[in-house]
Amino acid sequence: MDLSAINPLVLIASLMVAATPILLAAIGELVVEKSGVLNLGVEGMMITGAICGFAIAVESSSPWLGLLAAAGGGALLALVFGVLTQFFLSNQVATGLALTLFGLGLSALLGQGYAGIKPPPSPRLDVPFLADLPVLGRVLFQHDYMVYISILIVACVWAVLKYTRAGLILRAVGESHDAAHALGYKVVRIRLMAIAFGGACAGLGGAYLSLIRVPQWTEGMTAGAGWIALAIVVFASWRPWGVLLGAYLFGGVTVLQLNLQAAGLELPVEYLSMAPYLITILVLVIMSADRGRAALNAPAALGKIFHASS
Amino acid sequence: MNHIRSILAAAALSLGLAAPAAAQDPLKVGFVYVGPIGDFGWSYQHDQGRLAVEEEFGDNVETVYQESVPEGADAERVLTQMALSGTDLIFTTSFGYMDPTLNVAKKFPNVKFEHATGYKRAPNVSTYSGRFYEGRTVLGHIAGHMTKTNKIGYIASFPIPEVVRGINAAYLAAKAVNPDVKFSVVWVSTWFDPAKEADAANALIDQGADVLMQHTDSPAAMTIAEDKGIYAFGQASDMERFGPNAQLTAIVDNWNPYYIERVHAVLEGTWESQDSWHGLAEGMTQMAPLSDAIPDDVKASTQEIIDKLASGEMHSFEGPINRQDGSAWLAEGERAEDGTLLGMDFYVEGIEGSLPK
Repeated sequence: MDLSAINPLVLIASLMVAATPILLAAIGELVVEKSGVLNLGVEGMMITGAICGFAIAVESSSPWLGLLAAAGGGALLALVFGVLTQFFLSNQVATGLALTLFGLGLSALLGQGYAGIKPPPSPRLDVPFLADLPVLGRVLFQHDYMVYISILIVACVWAVLKYTRAGLILRAVGESHDAAHALGYKVVRIRLMAIAFGGACAGLGGAYLSLIRVPQWTEGMTAGAGWIALAIVVFASWRPWGVLLGAYLFGGVTVLQLNLQAAGLELPVEYLSMAPYLITILVLVIMSADRGRAALNAPAALGKIFHASS
Repeated sequence: MNHIRSILAAAALSLGLAAPAAAQDPLKVGFVYVGPIGDFGWSYQHDQGRLAVEEEFGDNVETVYQESVPEGADAERVLTQMALSGTDLIFTTSFGYMDPTLNVAKKFPNVKFEHATGYKRAPNVSTYSGRFYEGRTVLGHIAGHMTKTNKIGYIASFPIPEVVRGINAAYLAAKAVNPDVKFSVVWVSTWFDPAKEADAANALIDQGADVLMQHTDSPAAMTIAEDKGIYAFGQASDMERFGPNAQLTAIVDNWNPYYIERVHAVLEGTWESQDSWHGLAEGMTQMAPLSDAIPDDVKASTQEIIDKLASGEMHSFEGPINRQDGSAWLAEGERAEDGTLLGMDFYVEGIEGSLPK
C-alpha cells in the first residue's frame, strides 16, 4: 500500500472533471423543476447532446461549435417533451421516461459512423501566472473551459433565482401555477423556456463526456449519469450550491475509490461503488422524514399539469 | 373475460411453440447483449456473430436481439418475452445471465439456450466461452517487455473466475519476462461505463502505470491511453482505431463460426446441450495484428507464444505456480485443469492486493 502515490491535488482536479457532466445536467434540471416541471428525460437529453456535440465538433473541427450544437440538440429534444406536456398535457413522468428511451435510440442512430473518430482537442484555460501557482494552480487554473463554465452557470442560476424578478416569476410558476396565471404570467411559455434551458444544460453535460472526459463516441456512453443528476437535484433540495456540492461529492467518491484502488489500498470495492448512491438515498430518507423542510423546498406545483381553463 | 384472456394466452403460446415445427418458417434466433452493440467491444463482437448467422443462412433464419439488458431480474423478463414470441434458439451473452437463463429455460423446454461464459447447463441449455486467458498470456508477455515503470494498470469489472483467470494469466506471463513487474488492479464494478472506465484509466496513469489492460467492454481506456501517450491492449475487439499508437495488440473474440455451427445444428435437428471452450487453436480467441511499436525480438517471441499456445505445446497455467498465500497450486510441469480454471477465485503468488469478495 502506497498512499503517497495519490497526489491530493491531482485527485481534486480529476474529481472536478468527473463531476462536471452531472453538475451541468443537474443544474439544468433544477431550473426545470423550479418551474414546476418534472422532466425525467435527462439521460436522453444528455446522450443526444453527447452525439450532437461530437458530430458537429468533428465535422467543423471546432469544439466550441460542438458544445453549442450539444446545447441546441439537448434543448430541441427537451422541447419535444415541452410541447407534449405543456400543450397536449401528457403525463410528465411517462413522457420523461419516453424521452430517455427516445434519446438513447436517436443518439445511436445519429452516432452511426462516428465511432472510432477522435474529436478536436478542447482548449484548456491555462490562466497566465495563476496556472503556475504551486498548489492552487493545478487544482483551480488548469482545467478545460467547461469546468469553469459549469460553475459559472451554477452561480448564475443561483443569482437569478435569488435576486432577480425573472427568478421570482419562475419560482412563482413552480409554486403555484394557478396564482401565477391569475397574475398574468404566461405559465406555459415560462415553463417551455425552463425546459429548453434544462435540455441545453443536459446536452452540454453529455458533450462534456464525449468531447472532453472520455473523449470518444460510444453508444449509451452516459451510462446512467442522467439519473444521478436527477437524484442530485433532490439531494440538493433544489438549491443551486447544493447541486454543486452534490455533484462534486458524487464525482469525488467515484474518483477517490478508483485512485485508492490504484494505489493498492485494500478496499471493499462494492461498498465504495455503492457509497454515492447510498448517501443519496440516505439524504432522501432524512429529507422526507422531515416533512416540513421537504415541503418547504420542493416546488409545490412540481409535476402537476397546468391547464389555463381550470 | 378471464376465459377469453386465458384462451388468447394459450393460443399465443401454442403459436409460439408450434412455429419451429412448420418447415417453411425461418428459424428464429435471439441474442441478448449486456451492452449496446455499438460498444466496439464485447457486445459488438457478439453482434458480428449474429450478422454472420444472417449472412450464412439467409431466409432460413430470422434473428432478433436486445441490447443493454441488465444482468439479473431484468434479463429474466427479456428472455421470457423472447421465448414467448416464438424464438427457437437464444444466445445469452453475459456471465450474469446464467441463473436467469436457467430459470427461463426450465419454463420453455422447447426453446434452446446458449449461455456465454457460464458453467451451469440443462438439457436445453448449452454453455460456450473463449479461452481468453490464452490471449491474456500473450498480452502479459508483451506488457512485461514494454513497461518502463514496471507498473501495469488493469481495469477489471467483476471478481468472477473469467476475470480473475485473465489477471493471473497476464501476470504470470509478464513476470516471466520481467521479474520487477507489478500489477495494479482497479475494480470498476461495471461491464460498460465509458466515463468510469476512463476515470479508472486516468487514476492508474496518474499513479505511474504505463501499460493498460482492461476487462471491460468499451474502448474508453484505449482512448485515454492514446491521449496520454502510453500503451494499452484492446479487449474483445480490435480497438486500433481508438488508439492507433496506443494499441499493442488486442484479444479478439470471434464468435462467428460457433454461432453458425450451433444454428446449423438446430436446423439439422442435431442440437444437444454441450459445453464448448475454445481458444487460440480453434480461433474463438484471436490476436489482433501486433503493433510496430513492439521491438522485433519481442514480436518474434510473442508470435512463438501464440503458436505454442495454439498447438498445445504451452499452457497459460503450467507449474510450478503458488497461490497468493504461498500455498502450492501446481507442481513443476503440471497444467491447470479446466475445472479449476472455471472456478478460479484466487490470485497467484506475486499479485498484490486481495480479491473483492
